Amino acid sequence: MHAADLSSNFFALFDLPVSFDIELDALSARYRDAQRAAHPDKFANAPEGERRLSVQMAARINEAYRVLKDPLSRGRYLLELHGVALDDSDTAFDGAFLMEQMELRERLADVKNSADPVSQLRIIADDIAAHDKSLITQMADLLNEASAESLQQARNVSRKLQFFRRLNEEVEALEDELGDY
Amino acid sequence: MALLQISEPGQTAAPHQHKLAAGIDLGTTNSLVATVRSGKAEILPDVEGMHLLPSVVRYCETGAPQVGAIAKQSAISDPRNTISSVKRYVGRGLADICKGCSRSEYEFVDSDSSVPRIRTVAGDISPVEVSAEILKNLKLRAEETLGGELTGVVITVPAYFDDAQRQSTKDAAQLAGLQVLRLLNEPTAAAVAYGLDKGSEGVHVIYDLGGGTFDISILRLNRGVFEVMSTAGNTALGGDDLDRIIAQWLIQQAGLDPSALSAGQMRATLLEACRAKEALSDAEVVGVSLSVTDGSVADDAVWQGELTRTQLYELIDPLIQKTLSSCRRALRDAGIDVDEIEDVVMVGGSTRSPRVRELVGEFFHCEPMVDIDPDKVVAAGAAIQADILVGNKPDDEMLLLDVIPLSLGIEIMGGLVEKIISRNTTIPSAKAQDFTTFKDGQTALAVHVVQGERELVSDCRSLARFELRGIPPMVAGNARIRVTFQVDADGLLSVTAREQISGVESTVQVKPSFGLTDGEIETMLRESMSHAQEDIAARMLREQQVEADRIIESVESAIVADAQLLSAEERSQIDVALSELRKMRDGDDPRKIKQAIEALNTASTDFAARRMDASIQSAMTGHKVDEF
Repeated sequence: MHAADLSSNFFALFDLPVSFDIELDALSARYRDAQRAAHPDKFANAPEGERRLSVQMAARINEAYRVLKDPLSRGRYLLELHGVALDDSDTAFDGAFLMEQMELRERLADVKNSADPVSQLRIIADDIAAHDKSLITQMADLLNEASAESLQQARNVSRKLQFFRRLNEEVEALEDELGDY
Repeated sequence: MALLQISEPGQTAAPHQHKLAAGIDLGTTNSLVATVRSGKAEILPDVEGMHLLPSVVRYCETGAPQVGAIAKQSAISDPRNTISSVKRYVGRGLADICKGCSRSEYEFVDSDSSVPRIRTVAGDISPVEVSAEILKNLKLRAEETLGGELTGVVITVPAYFDDAQRQSTKDAAQLAGLQVLRLLNEPTAAAVAYGLDKGSEGVHVIYDLGGGTFDISILRLNRGVFEVMSTAGNTALGGDDLDRIIAQWLIQQAGLDPSALSAGQMRATLLEACRAKEALSDAEVVGVSLSVTDGSVADDAVWQGELTRTQLYELIDPLIQKTLSSCRRALRDAGIDVDEIEDVVMVGGSTRSPRVRELVGEFFHCEPMVDIDPDKVVAAGAAIQADILVGNKPDDEMLLLDVIPLSLGIEIMGGLVEKIISRNTTIPSAKAQDFTTFKDGQTALAVHVVQGERELVSDCRSLARFELRGIPPMVAGNARIRVTFQVDADGLLSVTAREQISGVESTVQVKPSFGLTDGEIETMLRESMSHAQEDIAARMLREQQVEADRIIESVESAIVADAQLLSAEERSQIDVALSELRKMRDGDDPRKIKQAIEALNTASTDFAARRMDASIQSAMTGHKVDEF
């Protein structure tokens, strides 16, 4: 056994099967117990070398939890484990998706001029959330099928999800602006 | 009956001996020190029985600075040399400080150092040194009360403090001769003090409005683990600002010209504003008066008027609304609805204001919790954490998982920020991102580390700049420069840049642009030690011996517990390093001890890593039994 064992993959770190469908409660419980064993607070009196090691290990556990907790990052992580390249920007999106994006962006740009920008923004945010949810379901099915073709499709879905996430960030930035945070 | 063991005088005491630890709330207006005695957190009073130490330091022409109530008395008569609310300036550049208040009460000097200094009769003083005086006072109070040297302390900081402010706080502790076990976020400390670990599972909100800072933290509690989900706030908004806005109103009502007021008059007006604010907690209307004497009028010229509660609310509501905007954002970042919240804990002296309680209660649809004195709750929580970290409660299940409050990133082409670690990421955290060169043959890369949420570098806080040199000339875009950010459990950042092809590397422990340099701290330390007549060499030797004992004990007990994880070869290497260190430890050369420590560390690192892996795996195995 060697230290490298735990870095093999994030699922193995929490002793979970490599699969999109994970019990979030089980993941959280395992995460907390892993931190109980590795967190720097448990090594406050340890020699410096061990303290450093504990910082690295705790950081890795945090990263693993962050990636597995969110369905999109979990999905993309699974694609990576399947050897599907994620960086390509050559994804061809269907016309319907592109139209939808354009329409949402136009609505977002108009928010500030509307009579009630806060509720307009709320409506757009809800639309984005609905799209997000349905795309996650699609991605889950494709990942579970795990054929070469379905993995490629899952990758395309994950790219679409990224567009929605980015749009959501813009919604939040605008929310901050309107709310004078 | 088993006989009790007593160690020989001067020998290392038993490993489970109770160690002295304290929690320190280094506040904008008041500071406190607390410790755990007989299982309970207690705030330690001074000889006169006062718990709160006013965070005020007065510098005198001769002798040591005055700290606390005695210094506060001089706030009006000697305003330039009496520094209060220094926390507002810690880790800040001159431009930031001047932006915060239209008219500063102090004379700031722009020195050679990046840290601004305040001009006093005792010389130019940096905010870090002022903080250190407050910490020294609390250290002395704790050590006299507890009858021994403190092994370590936990110091609280606003959750929304950035890297520079955190680092400066740690620097102040170093100057005060304190061993910092952890910097702990104030709201998290309050959650600990409320004993939320004792069975109140679920989502809790900590609303912390102090003298100069505002923090909101949303945390989830699960079997003793405090998991901070999000935090938001404002490090330049607090009770002081409420006073300031009331003071402005008073000045306006009295028909005074604000720019003509002396520093002493300004202080007096602020005190009157604070008094009126507090009186309006009970009364509907309160009489107010201001001395309008500026030398030109008779001595007894006094303006008198009144302030109603309605008028007060009109003045302070916009500021309270600002805190609620932060609450809204924290809820969103945590992905939580108001209705999922169990309770709201009120922290900080400014939450005594009935108006604050009323508006916060309305916002969160619940009655805010105010059971523990809002001034004392943070120090109490810090004491509990210090007691655990120092090793007095080895079996305690409590664990605090906190987050970084603001995103960390680096500057890319066009003055834009590329975020590397996003805000509300749980710490410790490590992330790497690859960058490349912009020009053909580029051999150096300037790394500019910033903190903040905005897209433009100019809108974020500049944390540090460093250069990666010696990159072999390549075509633009061919180099692979991996920049790694690591944030430790104190929320402090270190950055490494490494060219992947050539292996050229550059590392910085981020020393903030507005922080003291190591050299400056060393000079200050030397000066303070010559005052205390402590021998630096003796201190260095003792520090190395403590670290040597620590690693010897740790490795020995690891071998006893997990010898099966060691190969014979490794075991013999560790044994050699151990006996060498034992020999050096009893010598008097701190450098040799340090070398021997490093040798033992190198020999035992793999072993330590394997033990850590094994303990995580065994924690996971427990789940298999539970869940299936």
